[in-house]
Amino acid sequence: MNKKTHEPIIHLVKRVEVNQKQAWGIRIGAFLLSILVCAIVSTILSGRSMGFFFTNFFKGIFGTERRIWNLLHETAIILLIALAVTPCFKMKFWNIGGEGQVLMGALGCAVIISQMGGEYSDAATIITSLVLSIAFGIVWAVIPALFKAKWNTNETLLTLMMNYIAVCIVNYFIKKVDPMGTGGLTFSEGVIGEIGGNEFILKIIVVIIITAIMGVYLKYTKHGYELTVVGESENTARYIGINTKKVIIRTLILCGVLCGIAGFLLVSATNHGIGSSSTVGGRGFTGVMISWLGHFNPLGIALASFIYVFFSRGAVQVGNLGRLGSSFPDIICGIFLFIIIASEFFINYQVKFRNGEKIREFFMPVIKVFEKMKPNKEKSVKKDNKEQTEVEAAEITDENTDGNKKETVTENEEKEERENGEGITAIPSEESETETIKVEK
Amino acid sequence: MVVTLIKEAIRVGMVFLYGSTGETIIEKSGHLNLGIPGIMCFGAIGGCMGANLAYGDGTNVSAFGVILSAIIFAMLFGGMMGLLYGFFTISLRCNQNVTGLVITTFGAGVLGFWSTSIGKDGITFFKVSLLFTESMFGEVGNDWFSQIFLSHGTLVYVAIIIAVIAAVVLRRTRTGLSLTAVGENPGAADAAGINVKKYKYVSCVLGAAIAGIGGAFYYLDCTRGSIEPGVIDAMGWLAVALVIFSLWRPGIGILGSIVFGFLYILPSYTTGLGFAEKEIMKIIPYAVTAFVLIVISFFNKKETQPPTSLGVNYFREER
Repeated sequence: MNKKTHEPIIHLVKRVEVNQKQAWGIRIGAFLLSILVCAIVSTILSGRSMGFFFTNFFKGIFGTERRIWNLLHETAIILLIALAVTPCFKMKFWNIGGEGQVLMGALGCAVIISQMGGEYSDAATIITSLVLSIAFGIVWAVIPALFKAKWNTNETLLTLMMNYIAVCIVNYFIKKVDPMGTGGLTFSEGVIGEIGGNEFILKIIVVIIITAIMGVYLKYTKHGYELTVVGESENTARYIGINTKKVIIRTLILCGVLCGIAGFLLVSATNHGIGSSSTVGGRGFTGVMISWLGHFNPLGIALASFIYVFFSRGAVQVGNLGRLGSSFPDIICGIFLFIIIASEFFINYQVKFRNGEKIREFFMPVIKVFEKMKPNKEKSVKKDNKEQTEVEAAEITDENTDGNKKETVTENEEKEERENGEGITAIPSEESETETIKVEK
Repeated sequence: MVVTLIKEAIRVGMVFLYGSTGETIIEKSGHLNLGIPGIMCFGAIGGCMGANLAYGDGTNVSAFGVILSAIIFAMLFGGMMGLLYGFFTISLRCNQNVTGLVITTFGAGVLGFWSTSIGKDGITFFKVSLLFTESMFGEVGNDWFSQIFLSHGTLVYVAIIIAVIAAVVLRRTRTGLSLTAVGENPGAADAAGINVKKYKYVSCVLGAAIAGIGGAFYYLDCTRGSIEPGVIDAMGWLAVALVIFSLWRPGIGILGSIVFGFLYILPSYTTGLGFAEKEIMKIIPYAVTAFVLIVISFFNKKETQPPTSLGVNYFREER
């Protein structure tokens, strides 16, 4: 410490404890900001007034009763797919094959309907197609799990490849059934029709039930605990006697079941048909993003999927009326996701400037003005600075107590790590501790 | 027939080669960039705009200037997305898969939007593309050798040159070794005095820039200037697959890309097959890649593994 060390201008510190109030402030701020940015972008692209964007954006979402149902239904489907991949991510098994798994589930359903539809009773067809959907979903999810468990095959890349294999298989099936068709099949018999005069309610209820079950499963069951431990540290899991291979395979079976149900619902209840690109339509990838945005927490995922669908449906309407084409919603959703992802950073990390106090003093008048003008975003940013000292004080005490606890738990793991030569990483972290203490002084 | 097939295979394969060379450079730094399809879309926009800009009204144009302008703009646009990806994953430490997927969505959306909006103005790139498709060596003979090796447009040779340079740099130079170290164990690399952030940023931007040329090449050469959105994203995923197929070596990637190109065009060149069978043939590149992935994990040889810290963000102060 005697030597003058180089101190970077911007310094990042991971927040030990996330202040929930502040976190929500940042999230709401990001949400409002993304609406604003999207409004500006669409105004520039369409050359119409800002009012045009806002009226049609909200009309597209809440305009008619049917649109509200559509919103809820689309939310339910994306939520279901996101829930399916969530346990995998919690286990740090980067399953980006949701697209393929759902598509295989859809294929299972389509195979049965095309074979049995019309010949057997609808109930029998529906039950059999549900079973085969789940079976197909499981098969497609378990293949990467088996290889991961056995030979530690990179699951991200393998699931990615299997997505496209699934697309080709579905295309094959469609062409086989209808060689001269335009690349899609529609079914009229053996599908789930309207229930009580409403075609959406069934799926929404199913997804709500699954969400509740998933919440309980992840938080209160032994399985949920085990997969969290595997995700946190595989070595710890092995040390306390968890059979990691079994956990991986079991979790992926669960994922396959949910993906199969999603595929079944899409074919049997929503589209009444199948098309390789239209049935799932990128929802598998969206589910991955939504699951991550929802912090792998079922309620968070539900909220995230609602907001995502909210954006995309509003954007679809604006795109249609503004004659901006079918790709416009993708742009809007992209911008929205970029902003939301970036906001997560500010929740998890604290940005400290070398001359933080000086900068703050310099901008003090501006900050004050903003505080009065904008209640949401700016305030939370300002709070960030204000509470810095408080948070730091808490941080240090937390680090002390937490550090002790952690050491006892992960001692074995650390020893192993050091043996592997990864102990070097410990050095910089000690640096950061001294640095925070220095700032405190 | 066979000569035409090979010639076309090389041509289409170069799209994959650009993408996979770029992705290899990015993955070597430990970043799995699933945004390659989106980046290629952006590169396509940049390349077409750059070419059109240099082409002007079609008088007094030099092929060299147009091609150079297309390359520069494609690299600029692709690199921009690479920078965005790098900023999100390196500085903001967001999840790499999520960021990559968002870039893919966004890029495909922007290309789709751009292609419909230029459609209104009636701009076609057909005339411009003639400069790209014509052989780099002028008139060539009709024998098989010159047809296969000499009849391609300039960008085909550029792709191979870039891949060779990348292969040499990655395996034979200090820079390449340092980059590999960053991808394998950023903590150790940092301790050894390598500027991890710099390496990661440079590789993300450079890799994306190279992939961007691939997008431009596809529309300016392969499709002869007609913009059809939705194709390039599928090709982008194949480029990601090719990285695995080539075991993270651009040198093998040159051969691999021709194989992929061959498999890609094979269904449309085979006769006597039904539509359904052709769909099955399209599985082959993906299935082969999945198979390679499984085999390399089975043998578990150090030489052929993915970079160890692939997909894991590096935060110095975290253990």
